[in-house]
Amino acid sequence: MNRRTLVALALLLLCASAHPLADAASDARAQVDFGNKVARRGLWREAVYRFQRAVEYDPTYAAAWNNLGIGYEHEGRMGDAREAYETALDLDPNNVTIETNYDLFLEVSDRVSEDPQ
Amino acid sequence: MSVKILSSVACVALVAGCSAGNYEIPIETPLTPKLDISKFQRVLIAGFISGGSEDVDANLETARLLRSQLRRNSVLEVIDADVMPLLDIADEQIRSSARNAPPTVPDGFAAAPGAEADADENAEDDPLGEDDQMTEEELEAYETIFANVGFWRDLGEEYQNPLILTGTIYFSPHQQSGMVTREREVYDSFGRRRTTPERTYRDRRGYVLSPKFIFIDGETGATVYSERHREEILYDASQNTPALSSYFELMDRLLPSVLSAFSNQSIRGTRTLLR
Repeated sequence: MNRRTLVALALLLLCASAHPLADAASDARAQVDFGNKVARRGLWREAVYRFQRAVEYDPTYAAAWNNLGIGYEHEGRMGDAREAYETALDLDPNNVTIETNYDLFLEVSDRVSEDPQ
Repeated sequence: MSVKILSSVACVALVAGCSAGNYEIPIETPLTPKLDISKFQRVLIAGFISGGSEDVDANLETARLLRSQLRRNSVLEVIDADVMPLLDIADEQIRSSARNAPPTVPDGFAAAPGAEADADENAEDDPLGEDDQMTEEELEAYETIFANVGFWRDLGEEYQNPLILTGTIYFSPHQQSGMVTREREVYDSFGRRRTTPERTYRDRRGYVLSPKFIFIDGETGATVYSERHREEILYDASQNTPALSSYFELMDRLLPSVLSAFSNQSIRGTRTLLR
């Protein structure tokens, strides 16, 4: 087997192994797109479900974690929202949009957990 | 909202405007109510044990203010009843429990631990009527009335088991001296006005408001929730601010917190969805 054939075989193997990953990423993206669409119509429960599916497909998808954080926040699930935002920020620490969402969330969260006792 | 957040929001708006697929979306975060009021249809603002300044009848004013606020902001029907002289009632209870010394304590009138010792002390000291101004600590001695479930249960029964709002209100003159930063106007040689910060020593006078709100279930007489606040306000000593306006100014600061115990509220805002 010459060198050319070996390289071709290696590329073929790489493509075969990369394909499921690409599928997962595009499935996750599709879930986020749909989630965004329904969220804009106010269907937050469905949106949260879609964002959850997206992070299951692709746990490295920062945008999906960010959106999931927003969904949880809307549902009053502050602990879950915090985790989701923080995961999004860990994955994409320089994303100013996620950072802003997180800062706004923290302001609300402080008020929710305010205990005057 | 902090400057950092404001500038970030501006950046995000700019980025979101430029990048397709990011959506700014309104959200409404529900605040968990402090107490479950679903079993109550009515609320009784019973009255407050008040002390401190004699310029303001904190018992009457607090009851009036809360009633008017709750009529506007709560789903509960506000019961119209005379404001109870709770300080006198608490004093009477302490005296009678001191007279009826142990071992017999009537059912439902079990005072809080240590209350009997307090009662004896108070009975001897006779804090009512003799001191011009009651201290915050002296006021606390009367809090045993809130542990008197029998008393509150009887009151609740009289008004068909409403939610009862009561507590203590300490409103007192307060003064503080020290360095303060003030803006001083200066004019340059061209007549232009500018201000410069200047540190000066000032005597300042004002008031401190320290209320404790107690929510009691009228059916059981038990306390279901309580919250304590402390607010103070200081004015320049040369300013002559009436006690009543200071009282309302301080109450304004803490009313949202008290009212939030009665209703499900939510915080509106916007977030940006990404793709």
